[in-house]
Amino acid sequence: MSGKPDPRHTRPRGARLTKWVVTAPPTLFLLAFFLAPALIVLVASFQYPGEFGGLAPITNPGDGREHGLTLENYAFFFSDFLFAEIFVKSFTVAALSTLACLVLAYPVAWLIARSPRHHRDLLVLLVILPFASNFLIRVYAWMIILGPQQAVAQAVNGVLALFGLAPVNLLFSPFAVLVGMVYVHLPFMILPLYTNLEKHDPVLLDAAQDLGANAWRRFWRVTWPLSLPGVFSGSALVFIPVLGMFAVPDILGGTRDMLIGNLIKDQFLGVRDWPFGAALSILLTLAVLVLAGLAAWAARPRGAT
Amino acid sequence: MRRLPWWLILAAAGTYAFLYVPLIVVVAYSFNNSRLNAEWVGFTLDWYRLLFQDEEMLRAARNSLFIALVSSGVATVLGTMAGLAMHRWRFRWLPLLVVTPVAMPEILLGVSLLVFFIQVLHLTLGMLSVVLAHITFSIGFVAIVVRARLAGMDESVFEAARDLGASPWQTFRLVTLPLILPAVVAGFLMAFTLSIDDFVITFFTAGVGVSTLPLQIYSMIKIAVTPEVNAVSTLLMLLTLVLVLAASRLDKGLMRAGR
Repeated sequence: MSGKPDPRHTRPRGARLTKWVVTAPPTLFLLAFFLAPALIVLVASFQYPGEFGGLAPITNPGDGREHGLTLENYAFFFSDFLFAEIFVKSFTVAALSTLACLVLAYPVAWLIARSPRHHRDLLVLLVILPFASNFLIRVYAWMIILGPQQAVAQAVNGVLALFGLAPVNLLFSPFAVLVGMVYVHLPFMILPLYTNLEKHDPVLLDAAQDLGANAWRRFWRVTWPLSLPGVFSGSALVFIPVLGMFAVPDILGGTRDMLIGNLIKDQFLGVRDWPFGAALSILLTLAVLVLAGLAAWAARPRGAT
Repeated sequence: MRRLPWWLILAAAGTYAFLYVPLIVVVAYSFNNSRLNAEWVGFTLDWYRLLFQDEEMLRAARNSLFIALVSSGVATVLGTMAGLAMHRWRFRWLPLLVVTPVAMPEILLGVSLLVFFIQVLHLTLGMLSVVLAHITFSIGFVAIVVRARLAGMDESVFEAARDLGASPWQTFRLVTLPLILPAVVAGFLMAFTLSIDDFVITFFTAGVGVSTLPLQIYSMIKIAVTPEVNAVSTLLMLLTLVLVLAASRLDKGLMRAGR
């Protein structure tokens, strides 16, 4: 201990220093690259578009160019029914995807939760593995499977032909978009459901059985209500990303299957109307915040479990 | 333990098949001796040979690797700090700042960074903007994994180190870091995987200056689909498979990080 100051004396100042040395770098980084950009989009949603894309200045540049702040971008959104229609369609696709994910995920989550303990990690890993492969690859896979020459399309059209109906195109259709959305987001539903179902006490089901409840009533009156927090958090994890997704409709959908994400993408990379794109982003953010708040409220821990 | 009904097992098996069949199809057609992903003709390695002669694809692969290494390296340091800070000092605003970029639809982060880079920083989109964007969305994942690891730990170890006169840095280097190292490495692998796989945010922040594997795959899917896409997909799947298995070995809690 030659010449070192007694640590007890340096601790308070050292502790405060440590606190800032550890906290400041990630905080500053996220303030700069997450919060600041988000606020700039908020401001941009009230600006005019620039002459060659980008944004027009807020203060008067003195050369007669358009400048200042406006509500026009939001007014534009509400002026054309087409935009509301795209929002409604996006919410419909998100709701249907969430529902389909729930139906597909529940049996798997249940199976994992009821499996012997030493099998559970493997079964969970099997859910995660396909999810680890690239997102575009998983969408591309359905481009192959739903292609007109594949067995699926041939089978469907074969059945349709039996009833004298015209053949349909599975690829580049709303159906393909839905399948892609479900496939890409399914693990987000399985995992929270499983972590919820795993915690259920089997004694409750035994009690229900002793009281004369059949399998269906045991599920509907015991398991399902107890699993609702898992259902809500899984639903939020599927619904929210589906709402903003542009790549799945881009690859699997037809030209008419445009969703909010595609509309926003076009404003920034296609027609280059940044302020309108920013306004759309803000509207999407508001929708997401409301949904996340609802889900958090619905999934809140309840005393009775 | 209560026996499971047969139809439940059947339904679950169906979902597992739904998860795996599409990927198996992609892999199978990468070895198919036909330009069309339509029917099985015969075995070939031509698509892989073509892939390794595709200059653009190789350049994209190099870019992807470079971006993933740099961004996951930086994100691991910042994310570990954020995880430590969230655990140790329990700031209420920090988790919000760390987790929100992860929980939002990716497109929102993508467009906001696009506007920020061009309008505010006057940055030409390219390697740097992509790296910065990838760090932004990776920090949260590392922080969550590290905090989960710290949460399961006995606080008295750190107190003992302090009582024995260790400085904060010594405590970190000799006690905390060795204990959380598996989570830090798992976080790094996760950030690496996320970066190499990211399409949406890269799409908005790459500009015309730089291409990555997912961007290259996207343009091939949109313009001309050949089984070369299947070949590069298969190799990319193999890579992420190894990374994910390694990460889940290192940190058992990783799979349950969503709790």
